[in-house]
Amino acid sequence: MHDKAEGSILYLDGVSVSFDGFRALNNLSLILQKGELRTIIGPNGAGKTTMMDVITGKTKPDHGDVLFDGQVDLRKLDETRIANLGIGRKFQKPTVFEHLTVFENLELALKGERGVWKTLFFTLPSADRDRIEATITRIGLTGKGAMRAGALSHGQKQWLEIGMLLMQEPAVMLLDEPVAGMTDHETEQTADLILDINRDRSVVVVEHDMEFVRRLGAKVTVLAEGSVLAEGSLDVVQNDQRVIEVYLGR
Amino acid sequence: MGPITSRLMALESRRGWPVFLALTAVAAVLIPVLHVAVPATSLFHVPDYMLSLLGKYLCYALLALAMDLVWGYAGALSLGHGAFFSLGGYCMGMYLMRQIGGRGVYGNAELPDFMVFLNWKELPWYWWGFDNPVFAMIMIAAVPGVLAFVIGWFAFRSRITGVYFSIITQAMTYALMLAFFRNEMGFGGNNGLTDFKDILGHPMQAQGTRVGLYVASALLLAVAYLLCRFIVTSKLGRVLMAIRDAESRVRFLGYDVTAAKLFVFTVSAILAGVAGALYVPQVGIINPSEFSPANSIEVAIWVAVGGRGTLVGAIIGAFAVNGAKTWLTGAMPEVWLFALGGLFIVVTLFMPKGLLGLAGQIRTRIREGAPVARKHNA
Amino acid sequence: MRCVRLLQVLFVLLALGAALPARAADDSTFSSALAGLAADGFAEKIAAAERLAGTGDARALAVLRAMESGALFVRKSDGAVLIGAVTGREAALTDPLTGADAGTSPTRDLTKITVNNALRSALAGLAARLDLTSPDPARRLAAAQAAASDPSPEAVALLKGALARETDAGVKAALSAAVARSALASPDAAERLQAVADLSGTLSAEVRFLVAPLANDPDPAVRQAVKDLTASIERRETAVAVTLNLFQGVSLGSVLLLAAVGLAITFGVMGVINMAHGEMIMLGAYTTFVVQEAFRAWLPPSVFGLYLILAIPAAFLVAGAVGVALERGVIRFLYGRPLETMLATWGISLALQQVVRSLFGATNKEVANPVWMTGAWEAVPGLVLTWNRIAIVIFALAVLAAVAASLRYTSFGLRMRAVTQNRPMAACMGIKTGWVDALTFGLGSGIAGVAGVALSQVGNVSPNLGQTYIVDSFMVVVFGGVGSLWGVLAGAMSLGVVNKVLEPYAGAMLGKILVLVFIILFIQKRPRGLFALKGRAAEA
Repeated sequence: MHDKAEGSILYLDGVSVSFDGFRALNNLSLILQKGELRTIIGPNGAGKTTMMDVITGKTKPDHGDVLFDGQVDLRKLDETRIANLGIGRKFQKPTVFEHLTVFENLELALKGERGVWKTLFFTLPSADRDRIEATITRIGLTGKGAMRAGALSHGQKQWLEIGMLLMQEPAVMLLDEPVAGMTDHETEQTADLILDINRDRSVVVVEHDMEFVRRLGAKVTVLAEGSVLAEGSLDVVQNDQRVIEVYLGR
Repeated sequence: MGPITSRLMALESRRGWPVFLALTAVAAVLIPVLHVAVPATSLFHVPDYMLSLLGKYLCYALLALAMDLVWGYAGALSLGHGAFFSLGGYCMGMYLMRQIGGRGVYGNAELPDFMVFLNWKELPWYWWGFDNPVFAMIMIAAVPGVLAFVIGWFAFRSRITGVYFSIITQAMTYALMLAFFRNEMGFGGNNGLTDFKDILGHPMQAQGTRVGLYVASALLLAVAYLLCRFIVTSKLGRVLMAIRDAESRVRFLGYDVTAAKLFVFTVSAILAGVAGALYVPQVGIINPSEFSPANSIEVAIWVAVGGRGTLVGAIIGAFAVNGAKTWLTGAMPEVWLFALGGLFIVVTLFMPKGLLGLAGQIRTRIREGAPVARKHNA
Repeated sequence: MRCVRLLQVLFVLLALGAALPARAADDSTFSSALAGLAADGFAEKIAAAERLAGTGDARALAVLRAMESGALFVRKSDGAVLIGAVTGREAALTDPLTGADAGTSPTRDLTKITVNNALRSALAGLAARLDLTSPDPARRLAAAQAAASDPSPEAVALLKGALARETDAGVKAALSAAVARSALASPDAAERLQAVADLSGTLSAEVRFLVAPLANDPDPAVRQAVKDLTASIERRETAVAVTLNLFQGVSLGSVLLLAAVGLAITFGVMGVINMAHGEMIMLGAYTTFVVQEAFRAWLPPSVFGLYLILAIPAAFLVAGAVGVALERGVIRFLYGRPLETMLATWGISLALQQVVRSLFGATNKEVANPVWMTGAWEAVPGLVLTWNRIAIVIFALAVLAAVAASLRYTSFGLRMRAVTQNRPMAACMGIKTGWVDALTFGLGSGIAGVAGVALSQVGNVSPNLGQTYIVDSFMVVVFGGVGSLWGVLAGAMSLGVVNKVLEPYAGAMLGKILVLVFIILFIQKRPRGLFALKGRAAEA
């Protein structure tokens, strides 16, 4: 149906969204290949979060196509179905379940049956228990499995949320500002973690931190006023006159 | 040991099980024995009024348990639980009315007195079958359950949460109250259903019947408690708590939030209906004022007083608030509304975790010797 | 004939004066008819009375009334017919022609003109007809209506004459109805047709009743005309009924609007679910009661009607002050916890009800409508709108306009919007956010108090007053869209009208239930109400 969509994991074409006359997305087109790592930058209000909302079904686009895996029309599905298709999302503000423990947070995210009856009679197999423990170690929260998530530091919550995405085993991971509020050391660790994750799946990272973007070393898409302004390696876009204008003002 | 058996064993902690069994034994065995077997002159005798009072409280506790399941765990403050309670009560009332048979004032074997009075010629279709106790029992669960399912389906599907959900369920309660006040509805209008004669063939006033109803309330409360424990300790329970904390995040994890909430709301409504059905034969009447929105809000305060999100807290709260109500409305009736109003304010401002939370704070304080910090946004 | 000479003199004098139109009647006809009243036979007397009435002369009325009550005499000395007021054995006489005092005379010198029942009723009918010439429009209207109920052929000429002279529209309509009614009975089809056409100017239920017998008229043109006329009367009646129903809906909508405008601020703008909102309304109503009692006790009755004016600011201040106290004392500790706020304010509502019950008793208090608000306005015949309802509609719109203006144009309104949209930023700019919160809540509560003033005029004032409105007003805000005054207006009016439109078919309670069901279904389509905010602002 869409030739260009072939081989892509995410395909956005001509997507527009407006709220009360304000155009949050304006004819946005973006293609993410399977296994690709992409960073997205752009000034405030460029439409980065709205784009993620459109992909994950939180916001329905007014126009345009949104396809997953080259064929599934995401516009018709709700958040739950999209999540189960294999699209995981980390929010800008880390959102973990504060009253549950770290272990329980990960257990909820664990890929598996989501039905009401299945969860009511669910018992955790020991293999999955081991996987959760392994993930706790992988996200640097060793020994904190029984701790309430609300008691974690900001950076730890960011990691826990990434850990929850890992448990979901999604085909695409959307990370909205994963290193906001982290120390330099934590930022480095996070970059390594994301590169590690990218070996198994596609990742989209929205970030302001240029050092972090450089460290990821991936293709960069610059959004401004709801559409793609420039695309390419970080060096290329940083020297693009229009990008400089957008960031420095006119 | 199979997985289900181990799940059942884990419903209570190792220390919790003996406490649970002991309390159940006190409520379901010791108190009835003290009522029946101990002479009235003895200090340990439980008099008639006390037994019926405790029976009422047990029904309230079951209602509070149901409320806690949706509010405390799934975060949806339903102001419709008074309505589910009343609907269960009306179903029981209809069965009891049909049991009167020809012994009514007008001696009509087929029609309850109020229908004869309204000059009705035949039983409306929705009364059919209520002479059968099994059918009535099914309806006691089905009527509130189906209503909760329908309302919940509409509300949760369009993501009505928080105060909006409360307002909608309150409106439902209000609408039902107006409807049941109408004589044309065929539920006895203003006066409701009363003058019951017997239940399952036993005369209502007999001691054996009243003790039986009391014991049934106590046992059903215990079973309902275990059922609720089963739900909240399951993975579904954790999904519900996750929904309470961050509903949209749960959706992005791929859970069907609507289905989970709908399930728990329906189960909770059924429990409330059962509580109402046990309540009606013990107080001898059901009328539309039970639907009053104020009643539903009062249930919320029972739960809040005990400590929401803890099933035990709901039960404690129901007993504590209703005990205080019984005592105050008897001793100083004009003070009761001030006390209740004050309770709403004090609990929300100073005891966000209720009595159980307060107990926990005091324990911590004793252990650590540090002053308890007052937290507003816990 | 002294009498005739006197009359001739008088005639000249009066002709010169020519002040009264009735004097245009021929005096000689009048006096001969007058003399005929003294005839022996009752039939002759009736004939004379009819001739007298036929002059259409205003003087004839006094004569006929006097004769009816047995106060008309013949003076034995000269045979003059005079009106006499008997006291003891003396009678004070008046000349019916001139209206002049004719001295007194012993009763033995007078012969009373006797009447029997037939004559008496004939006289009453004639007198009533003569009222048509009265200078008082109200009496003319009564006379015309009396004549319309049974116009005799003889009266028609009289009615036509009166119709030609008549200036008052109401009397004119009644007169033409009376004329037409007699014409309806005419054997001539053309005349009947004309009568139906004449009547079509007045589309009242009476006209419909009047032409009803002609539905089976032998003449097809008349039948058709009657059919058309009846149909247009029915259309008009339907229109009146629909208008009245709509007005009642708008009136209920205004009550809901008043109750909900305050909520639009506390709930809509601040996001605070105030379950004690109804009690603010109740406090306003009780303030009205107290102001009324103060006026009764200390001020003269002439200024009593002004109490309502004074009650408005008083209620605003009382409820507003309680609102500020609540916000500072309880609600501010619960921001961000809407469900707890709801429970705490419910507790407050219980306590407030009990306070009022302890102070004023549990029974209803009577709050009187000032005189200028009693009565009704008949906009068109059949469409009766009570003044107190009209006043509430106007008042509700005025309150809404005042609130909208104060939010938009005052500096407090600006601060309020700033705080609700971005609290930290507003705080950085030096706005005392705490006080803005308190005053905003006070404003919402004060408006509820003002609503209470209005509601005291249309319903009972009791401690439970607020509970009656709380569910409805939340429905209005939810339906209209939280945070939008236009939404509240649209929500209140549509709920009010829908409620009243459903009422005739479903009854008051079922109408309410249907509205609630409707709202629940409506929220499926528009979860955030009619006038919803979209985008980021709605995510909060």
